[in-house]
Amino acid sequence: MENEAGALSRVAGLFSARGYNIESLSVAPTEDPTLSRMTLVTKGSDDVIEQVTKQLNKLIEVVKVIDLTDGNHIERELMLVKIKAVGSDRDEIKRLVDIFRGSIIDVTEKSYTVELTGTSAKLDAFLDNIDNSIVLETVRTGASGIGRGDWVLKV
Amino acid sequence: MSVELTGAEITIRCLQEEGVECIFGYPGGAVLFLYDELFKQDKVRHILVRHEQAALHAADGYARSSNKVGVALVTSGPGVTNAVTGIATAYLDSIPLVIISGQVPTNAIGLDAFQEVDTVGITRPCVKHNFLVSDISELATTIKKAFYIASTGRPGPVLVDIPKDVTQQKAPFVYPEKLTMRSYNPVVKGNAKQIKKAVDLIVSAKRPIIYTGGGVILSDAAKLLTELTRLLNYPCTNTLMGLGGYPATDKQFIGMLGMHGTYEANMAMQYCDVLIAVGARFDDRVIGNPKHFSNESRKIVHIDIDPSSISKRVKVDVPIVGNVPDVLKELIKLLKNSKEEPDKTALQEWWHQIDTWRARDCLKYDRDSSIIKPQMVVEKLYEVTKGDAFITSDVGQHQMWAAQFYKFDKPRRWINSGGLGTMGFGMPAAMGAQLANPKAKVACVTGEASIQMCIQELSTCKQYKLPLKIVNLNNRYMGMVRQWQEFFHGNRYSESYMDALPDFIRLAESYGHVGIKIERPEEVEDALKEAFKLKDQLVFLDFITDQTENVFPMVPGGKGLSEMILV
Ligand SMILES: Cc1cc2nc3c(=O)[nH]c(=O)nc-3n(C[C@H](O)[C@H](O)[C@H](O)COP(=O)(O)OP(=O)(O)OC[C@H]3O[C@@H](n4cnc5c(N)ncnc54)[C@H](O)[C@@H]3O)c2cc1C
Ligand SMILES: Cc1ncc(C[n+]2csc(CCOP(=O)(O)OP(=O)(O)O)c2C)c(N)n1
Ligand SMILES: [Mg+2]
Repeated sequence: MENEAGALSRVAGLFSARGYNIESLSVAPTEDPTLSRMTLVTKGSDDVIEQVTKQLNKLIEVVKVIDLTDGNHIERELMLVKIKAVGSDRDEIKRLVDIFRGSIIDVTEKSYTVELTGTSAKLDAFLDNIDNSIVLETVRTGASGIGRGDWVLKV
Repeated sequence: MSVELTGAEITIRCLQEEGVECIFGYPGGAVLFLYDELFKQDKVRHILVRHEQAALHAADGYARSSNKVGVALVTSGPGVTNAVTGIATAYLDSIPLVIISGQVPTNAIGLDAFQEVDTVGITRPCVKHNFLVSDISELATTIKKAFYIASTGRPGPVLVDIPKDVTQQKAPFVYPEKLTMRSYNPVVKGNAKQIKKAVDLIVSAKRPIIYTGGGVILSDAAKLLTELTRLLNYPCTNTLMGLGGYPATDKQFIGMLGMHGTYEANMAMQYCDVLIAVGARFDDRVIGNPKHFSNESRKIVHIDIDPSSISKRVKVDVPIVGNVPDVLKELIKLLKNSKEEPDKTALQEWWHQIDTWRARDCLKYDRDSSIIKPQMVVEKLYEVTKGDAFITSDVGQHQMWAAQFYKFDKPRRWINSGGLGTMGFGMPAAMGAQLANPKAKVACVTGEASIQMCIQELSTCKQYKLPLKIVNLNNRYMGMVRQWQEFFHGNRYSESYMDALPDFIRLAESYGHVGIKIERPEEVEDALKEAFKLKDQLVFLDFITDQTENVFPMVPGGKGLSEMILV
């Protein structure tokens, strides 16, 4: 979409006005600074997704809409999570972070801050493996997606 | 190097460049520089309304009756919030408007400044698009874009919010000749393969119906629609917004469809095997409960310029995204060359069936009543104006009777708020229609409740000598509300009685107009004739009508189209 003030609120407004849900949304400028690229994750029946797509296309600032799930695509999300890490938990957490190929990017005597990227499902899985009571803070970016292979989304 | 102009000058110059002859507005602090520029020129005429809602409705009526973009000018804060109802009204009926609103100076935005509201935010859900112009160098292009977006594709209102300091600053003025917008390119031509498919389906029909809506009016396609319908000899029904798209006096016309549509139109809609939808959006007031509607096996062709109108509530088989006239031309061409022809015998049987439904005479009412029947007033209005007036309406029973009993043979003559159903729309819309068509007869069919929502505009009519005829079907009730209470709420008329009504005659007179009160059926025709004889006067006709009359047929909410309550 056009990299203009207000474009994002039009998209968000559309979803709330029409009762569609936004699971996650991530947006930033592209290699062409006049354009932003947004990855938006939503759920719905085929009919709802068809309407969502049509309604998004109607927004004047939206240049192009594609449904990444129509084809092969790659999806990544970044998560920062602060975990209470004392005693035996410290090793336990470290091991888990290694298994999930994350990294510990900040350490105190009582906590670790972990950085993890992957599909949203992988991040969920990581959290599922940690006792909820020691998770102090989570920050997730929402998924960013791109098509696989040589295919490119051009305007 | 071009000359430097102030933002206010640029704005007015842009309007001139767009050929705008008439705008509707109300001044205030944030737009004082704009008003100053208006004062210094005489190309753009400004009509001073008495409430910003009316400015929008008047610009709207102007647009609907002329196919030009309507323009309104309002100040920041309360000017904008007053205008919102009018903006939403235009949005729901896809009317091309450009609204210029004043805003507090850029450096005051966000500080809860005097008369500051987030105009772009408040109006976002009810405009086709809106802009905040924070840099004077973008002002002219933005206004150009506003007119372009408002009038192309599926039309709609576009708002341009201009901070006060931008109207003061100076910049070189060049009005862009052309625009290219990579993110906005409405489709015009329909897909050839889809049109071919449509033709095959259309000629295969045994029980066809052509169902058309506001899209035919908005795109000035009435002639082509008539050509297509006659070529096929298929029945044609119009939505409330599509009336006048096909001549109502023609024998192939089977009336309006929907909640208050005719028996024959609704039955034909329910039992057709091929449905050809043209510029209509399968509104819930039109097809009733979509579940009942989808039960019937029928094939649907749908022509619409907005892909999101297609398969929104009812799945269609042959979608054609495109501009109605372009697609109809192509369809007609292919049909004329088609080797296949519709099954004549089947069609004859279908017409026979439709005529049986017609014989039910679903719009009958007591013509011998000693109390004035509202339907009769509209019939007489039709006769007296020879079907050639611009008729606006408010919202309620009177609106439905106007739609059912005034036979619109031409497009753009029927002007009403269908999508939002805004009471208060009628009189200001009539002002706009009269200004766009100075010589035409313009009447507003209204009710005693609706008319009071913008009654202050009697003053505007006086100032600009607008000789409207206000046809007030005075039943002392919010009749449409009362009807629902009678049918669905055990006759409990909760807050729907219009108590303490003004004396409309003296009210009209106090504004310098003529008022006539009509209480007996035999006076109706003469009163209307007299009113139209007073060519230069606004005449307020207060018809004291039957309080108990209801609108029939009626499809109750949640029911299928064929489950009508009949008189
Ligand atoms: C009290 C009350 C009772 C009502 N009862 C009824 C009733 O009984 N029957 C009824 O029909 N309505 C009724 N309505 C009106 C109803 O609410 C809708 O406003 C109306 O049915 C919509 O009409 P439409 O489908 O023609 O769509 P419109 O709102 O006129 O929309 C036009 C369609 O045409 C498309 N279009 C626009 N321009 C073009 C173009 N150039 N080319 C192709 N397509 C184009 C648009 O995308 C859109 O889909 C009632 C309203 C009120 C207030
Ligand atoms: C601004 C607004 N408020 C409320 C309504 C709900 N409403 C629809 S019809 C109606 C009554 C209209 O009464 P009147 O103008 O007397 O017309 P009648 O139905 O009696 O012909 C009301 C209150 C509306 N459509 N618009
Ligand atoms: Mg009434």
